[in-house]
Amino acid sequence: MSRIIDWIDQRIPMSNTLKLHVTQYPAPKNFNFWYLMGSLALIVLVNQIVTGIWLTMSYNPSAEGAFASIEYIMRDVEYGWLLRYMHSTGASFFFIVVYLHMFRGLMYGSYQKPRELLWIFGMLIFLVLMAEAFMGYMLPWGQMSFWGAQVIISLFGAIPYVGDALTTWIRGDYVISGATLNRFFALHVIALPLVIVILVFLHLIALHEVGSNNPEGVDIKKPKGSVKEEDKAPFEFHERYTKKYDIVDAIPFHPYYTVKDLVGLAVFLIFFALVIFYAPTMGGHFLEPPNFEAADPMRTPEHIAPVWYFTPFYAILAAVPNAVLGVVMMFAAIVALFLVPWLDRSTVRSIRYRSNIHKANLANLVISFVILGFVGALPPTEFWTVVGRIFTFTYFAFFALLFVYSKNEKTKPLPERVTK
Amino acid sequence: MSNAPVDKGRRRFLTVATSVVGGAGAVGVAVPFIASWNPSAKARIAGAPVEVKIDKVEPGQLIRAEWRGQPVWIVRRTQTMLDSLSQTDNRVRDPQSNVPQQPEYARNQHRSIRPEWFIAVGLCTHLGCSPQYLTRDFAVTEGIEAGFFCPCHGSRFDIAGRVFQGVPAPTNLMVPPHYFVGDDTIVVGEEEGAV
Repeated sequence: MSRIIDWIDQRIPMSNTLKLHVTQYPAPKNFNFWYLMGSLALIVLVNQIVTGIWLTMSYNPSAEGAFASIEYIMRDVEYGWLLRYMHSTGASFFFIVVYLHMFRGLMYGSYQKPRELLWIFGMLIFLVLMAEAFMGYMLPWGQMSFWGAQVIISLFGAIPYVGDALTTWIRGDYVISGATLNRFFALHVIALPLVIVILVFLHLIALHEVGSNNPEGVDIKKPKGSVKEEDKAPFEFHERYTKKYDIVDAIPFHPYYTVKDLVGLAVFLIFFALVIFYAPTMGGHFLEPPNFEAADPMRTPEHIAPVWYFTPFYAILAAVPNAVLGVVMMFAAIVALFLVPWLDRSTVRSIRYRSNIHKANLANLVISFVILGFVGALPPTEFWTVVGRIFTFTYFAFFALLFVYSKNEKTKPLPERVTK
Repeated sequence: MSNAPVDKGRRRFLTVATSVVGGAGAVGVAVPFIASWNPSAKARIAGAPVEVKIDKVEPGQLIRAEWRGQPVWIVRRTQTMLDSLSQTDNRVRDPQSNVPQQPEYARNQHRSIRPEWFIAVGLCTHLGCSPQYLTRDFAVTEGIEAGFFCPCHGSRFDIAGRVFQGVPAPTNLMVPPHYFVGDDTIVVGEEEGAV
């Protein structure tokens, strides 16, 4: 066995890579619940790729055949219903863990120097994931698929001068048609997944380069020679990390966090299975009722709203009484998140040591985001439009306020170490 | 190997020249990939005009036709509906139809050739949902019973497809080129006298 490993190691750095990123990667020892989300997202990604490949085997990407082929998968293909529900439920769970993962980053300041690029890669994954989910939702060619795509593609029509030509180019037709469906299928099954996998790779490489943050927001890498021998973490870490730093309060990723993540995964899978088997449409939120009707280009459903994970941004779009400005604001809501590493000028990372203003502001972001999510799913009555406007304002206020108070924020004194 | 001194200027020129030529080649190769996303020849010829029979349409009724894959509405308006246009004049964004959302012959208060008949592409100018045709309780103001309401983002249009103020849709509904053949047929998608 060891001879085989030696043979391989002389040709490709297998053992070294495993040590560097798994068995001798120093992870802070104080990870909590929130640190499960990253590995869960990775597992959901694998679920999406595997079930997705199986679904393409029975799916027919044409305007004439798409809707019927979904019914074929649901009724005639052995376990087709399970594969499809694993895929559709996986999409919603992907966003659940990604939103929790992002909130974790905001809470513990995981975007602050030197993790700005790590955050940017994460945001890019989020952006591509939204495109991926949107295109996937179009494939069943139901009423929501059709009119959702009509609305989202029309967003680009708001761009002055080139808008109309651009939307025609995206659709490949003057209206949403089979041409649009075909290209979205191609993008959904090969182009965007490839981009996501590459971005996830870069996200992980960036993470391991700068090291994981932790709930205390205190570095576990200390300047070389500043830590007494008995204070160093009693594990063997890869020399790549120990050469430059003295490492304290860390444990190797494997076996400590692989085992912890497995426990988290088991709990996660219980919820995942509950939805798949007992509530695959989640009361019309994971799969919307109008989408069980074939696309009809002549008739918009009575009430159209995007799937739940888009509703906060959709509510911002609907809140602005101007087509161009609405689109700009919606994209600005995402761009603002990209800029958080530079908007937050505090040097203290974790919410545990930051001011009450910051805690209140972060609560404001969460409340605004959740309420916008509700508003975006409701019919556009006057009352809810006003509510949408108020919370669009408070959503953006989070970023503006953060920039203002973080410069001279009153923070609590940071401990030297994660735990002593 | 010659031992001639390196001519840096020449090397630089060659590097830049090959990069430029290579870059031009890359742009050239990108053209087919980008252009293939444009509507195909098949999609381009699918925009033929359609003929619609209107002899069985009741007053106040809306019928739908399909033109270029889009819903086209044909509404036979009642006198009450036409009277309501004067009431909405000061509540709509573009009462004179200054934005070219209609052929020149439909640039009037009722936005059509004959006041009774309103022909429009049934897609909201905001983000392309198909608005609902409401004939009662339109709820914009007293006395206006009928209009169009977009369920997606709440845009409202009066019975001539003119967009109200304070809603997301920026312009009036699109009136397609059309003409009457006698009293019982409308051709949508073509100007009168076009070949």
